[in-house]
Amino acid sequence: MGHIRIEDVVVRADTADGDVLVLDRTTLDLTERRVALVGPNGSGKSTLARLLNGLVEPTAGRVVVDGVDVAEDGAAVRRRVGFVFTDPSAQLVMPTALEDVALSLRRTHRDKARRRAAAQDVLERFGLGELADRSVHALSGGQRQLLALAGVLATDPAVLVADEPTTLLDLRNARLVGDLLLGLEQQLVLVTHDLELAARCERALLVDGGRVVADGPAADVVDHYRATA
Amino acid sequence: MTTLPLGAYRPGRTWLHRLPAGAKLLALLVTAVVVTLVRGPASAVVFVALTVGLVAWSGAPLRRTLRSLRGFALVAVALTAYQVWTRGWAPAVETVGDLLGMILLATVLTTTTAVDDLIDVVTRVLGPLRPLGVDPARVGLAFSLMIRALPTTLEIALQTRDAARARGLQRSPRALLVPMVVRVVAGARATGDALHARGLGDD
Repeated sequence: MGHIRIEDVVVRADTADGDVLVLDRTTLDLTERRVALVGPNGSGKSTLARLLNGLVEPTAGRVVVDGVDVAEDGAAVRRRVGFVFTDPSAQLVMPTALEDVALSLRRTHRDKARRRAAAQDVLERFGLGELADRSVHALSGGQRQLLALAGVLATDPAVLVADEPTTLLDLRNARLVGDLLLGLEQQLVLVTHDLELAARCERALLVDGGRVVADGPAADVVDHYRATA
Repeated sequence: MTTLPLGAYRPGRTWLHRLPAGAKLLALLVTAVVVTLVRGPASAVVFVALTVGLVAWSGAPLRRTLRSLRGFALVAVALTAYQVWTRGWAPAVETVGDLLGMILLATVLTTTTAVDDLIDVVTRVLGPLRPLGVDPARVGLAFSLMIRALPTTLEIALQTRDAARARGLQRSPRALLVPMVVRVVAGARATGDALHARGLGDD
């Protein structure tokens, strides 16, 4: 399993209200297969997740994924760490499902025919095979999120960071995506408001006011959050 | 469902599908030059008739394609009125006909060509410019994003219009334009984040 180290990280943001502390001095070692980040809106959990892929740069401290410093070699880290967003629409950049997955594979599959065949295989794996030539705009919310996930996992990253991936989905699709995420071989860092899903992880971090205020077995942290929210 | 301009790719086996993407792009470019140089309303009418035929041949649903031109119809009406007022009927028919024909031709291109193929062409054509600092893969990606931006922006515009209607503000340009611009910019930033996260453009 991968090793993510967050070392003395501070994140500050320059906003209309001035300089704001988004994440206070945080040090963490994430080695578990399933880690959930829970907490209220604006608590800093998404910022914490975005640090892992280089989407947010720390003001101080460093983030290291499997020995690679995000600040020193962001591209190498992004090849190891996939990221799934809350709204899949922003993530799908090609007109059809097959083309979007194929875009992820351009780096590894130079030959077009092989690239398309590999993309079709990925879609089949996610139950989207029949939608290969469908416009991404014609897909349902659940199908779009599955496709976004397929596009990210097509390159077989070692770690997947998912930022509230089930928030915009109906109950059935939320369960489908949640089950799929928890069943992945990859190390998963899951930001979520779905406490049932969070409780199924091995470890959970409760983030509040830019600090990790509770850290431990997921079920215990979720119970603590329920009791104190 | 919204009917979008420039149809999405529809796999097929027509001669248009088999034509290389580079040839189709070149044909689009040459046609744009030719229709600009050839003057007169008759040539514009013939051009539109030919492109309608090509749309039908390409496999694009003709009715849906024509419905997607409703947005252009508003521009066409305003443009025709202005041209008739300033230059007369013949230039009006020529201008609007040429524009309509080019939109239909672009629809044929996007309906019969996978964006993946278009990116390959752009990447290949720009390859020799690499020593000058041009990143062909990045330009190819920008090209595909441009095509994607059309339906996405239209979708946002329609959602913003519905939101303004729901608040009884359908006649307020500010209630329509400001949220739309904000959402388009926010969407572009989110797309940038997503591209960054997927490592596209890292190479």
